[in-house]
Amino acid sequence: MSSSEILLLTCLLAPLSGAGILLIAGRSLPKSFASALATTSVFLSFIAAFLLFRQTGAETAAFKLNLFSWFTAGKLSVDMAFRYDQLTALFLLVITGIGSLIHLYSAGYMHEDEGHNRFFGYLNFFVFFMIILVTGANFAVMFAGWEGVGLCSYLLIGFWYKNSDYNLAARKAFVMNRIGDLGLLAGLFMLLNRYNTLDFEALQEAVKAVKSGDAYLTTATVCLFIGAMGKSAQLPLFTWLPDAMAGPTPVSALIHAATMVTAGIYLVVRNHFLFSLTPATLDLILYVGLATALFAATIGLRQNDIKKVLAYSTVSQLGFMFIALGTGAFTTGFFHVFTHAFFKALLFLGAGSVIHALHHEQDMRFMGGLKKKLPITWITFLIGTIAISGIPPLAGFFSKDEILAFLYAKNPILWGLALLGSLMTAFYMFRLYFLVFHGSYRGDAHTESHIHESPISMTLPLMVLAACSLIAGFIGIPEVFAAHSHWLNHFLGNLIPVQHPEGISHSTEITLMGVSVTAVLVMVAIAFRVYGQGKVVPVAPEEEKNPVFKLLAQKYRIDEFYNFLFVAPFNAISQFFGKIVDNQIVDGIVNAMGNLAMTTSGLLRLLHNGRVGTYLLAMTLGVILVLAYNLIF
Amino acid sequence: MQELLQNVRLVPMEHYVWLSSLLFCIGVMGVLLRRNTIVMFMSIELMLNAVNLLLVAFSAYANKPEGEVFVFFVMVVAAAEVAVGLGLLVMIYRNQNTTDSQALQTLKW
Repeated sequence: MSSSEILLLTCLLAPLSGAGILLIAGRSLPKSFASALATTSVFLSFIAAFLLFRQTGAETAAFKLNLFSWFTAGKLSVDMAFRYDQLTALFLLVITGIGSLIHLYSAGYMHEDEGHNRFFGYLNFFVFFMIILVTGANFAVMFAGWEGVGLCSYLLIGFWYKNSDYNLAARKAFVMNRIGDLGLLAGLFMLLNRYNTLDFEALQEAVKAVKSGDAYLTTATVCLFIGAMGKSAQLPLFTWLPDAMAGPTPVSALIHAATMVTAGIYLVVRNHFLFSLTPATLDLILYVGLATALFAATIGLRQNDIKKVLAYSTVSQLGFMFIALGTGAFTTGFFHVFTHAFFKALLFLGAGSVIHALHHEQDMRFMGGLKKKLPITWITFLIGTIAISGIPPLAGFFSKDEILAFLYAKNPILWGLALLGSLMTAFYMFRLYFLVFHGSYRGDAHTESHIHESPISMTLPLMVLAACSLIAGFIGIPEVFAAHSHWLNHFLGNLIPVQHPEGISHSTEITLMGVSVTAVLVMVAIAFRVYGQGKVVPVAPEEEKNPVFKLLAQKYRIDEFYNFLFVAPFNAISQFFGKIVDNQIVDGIVNAMGNLAMTTSGLLRLLHNGRVGTYLLAMTLGVILVLAYNLIF
Repeated sequence: MQELLQNVRLVPMEHYVWLSSLLFCIGVMGVLLRRNTIVMFMSIELMLNAVNLLLVAFSAYANKPEGEVFVFFVMVVAAAEVAVGLGLLVMIYRNQNTTDSQALQTLKW
């Protein structure tokens, strides 16, 4: 076994062993040991990933680690095989890097919680499955990771299982994901049916001869995209993600913002060779992404729960990533995954720090003026806000601008819509920022007296992530500014063909950047005008006067709509089958059988009356009958 | 031996049949109608002997010894049966303090 293979195996097994110890023996371990073990195991994984990354250049060939043959059925043989290439390298860095920061943060955030050790067990387990997901060399291994992260997501959303609302949220996430998984499986089977392999490399070879726009492949990729829609919370399967905020905040940061929800993007990027053959699917991805980006952004404008705003922002940003994929710019899509992971994890952890300081108050109406009391959280949160708004030179600007440039090359109208989405992002993020950190405190005096900055284990990850949000964008400096400066394009170039926005001159590109940056700054100014002074305070959705705002605050009533359209009929059918078909018909038949036996035996029992005379009479009559029969016939 | 057979044949065949039928019916009626188990037992013996009588008569008329041999078997079995049956009766009497067959009603579920 070569050293790279050992490193990859370390990367995989460190979180697994952490999870194993914590989930089996967690009850009897002290809290400090549990959090230290979990954090160390993920950090070990990060070190392994980093060492591997150090050996990897743009020209390095991918290597494959084949552990054992997983299963063989007929002509199909699936190996438990892992693949390490440039895309995996970057994903591993993000997962284990942000993962270890969030583990560290959780040590502070979850310190008081009684389920502390269980929490870290789940979190390690999640990291393990996420690594499986991005390292799997074939669809089957990837799918194992895909389902594993779904399971961990479910467990962690419902982590505080004593609250039945949280359990419902967990169940909703699980069911929504299953709808997507069905699509993914269908796509997988279609590919298997035609190419008889699930291995990514073999598939790439197999589709070389396929013409662009092949109908069978288009259907298969649409199915795969449905899987991505479920996991990455795109319209119409997005409603689980805002509800997933029921989980502890570090979970929201790691799973529901930085890593797991980007699995859908990973799926598409990994299979770019399939998707680039099917322009129709790419168009579908583009429009779904655009619709989601706009839709979620408008909802984000009027939310009052700090985590809900961030959740809708995540949905919207995932939409942007899909827009990039839809234009065929797979590297750009990944670029946004990369930058988004940093600033969104930062924002969630910052929000967690605020929530921690305010004793689990999440409603922004009862916050305000926290910048003096939580200085580190304030500064880092501001950096995250600027980064997500797309103001240069922070991370979000580079990736978002690249997406916009690709979109402009495709269609200027779509560019306008996407720009609108990114402006709304800037507006609601600064609204959030001003409401939380500026103005004066609006909560009760008792909580105010207890506000304190979070411990170092929580602020350190904030600072590291803030630093990353500041500089992460520089891995993809636009070619406009300097030739060959786009390190990411170069690094992934051998794996994913580099795309350039076609038909856009450098001057146009700079103009576009200027327009978007100016517009974003205007939005920030408006947000400052409205919310900066702390005078305008949002109201509860029910008290909202403006019908449009009310609709936004109520999230377009999508949940109610789904309840009406799917949940209520489903419940009615279940009621029908449960109360009528099962209780009446099925149970009725079974009970009738029993009753029949009871009645018949009750009647027959009368014969057995215990009188010797009756028996003798019966015997005599019987003998007479037999004799008579013999006489007559 | 031949003389004995001659004597049996002195009575017409029908008479034997009628007599043993009558005895058998009395036995059946006794078993069915009486409730005293000893009397029922005696009635059973009556039925057996009705059959024995008929066997002997037929055997004599047909001039074949099998019927008579069979009668001996019946007698032996009847003797064994009496031993067992009376033993049962004694036990029932000890338990129930009566020989009335109605007293055995508890022999049901």
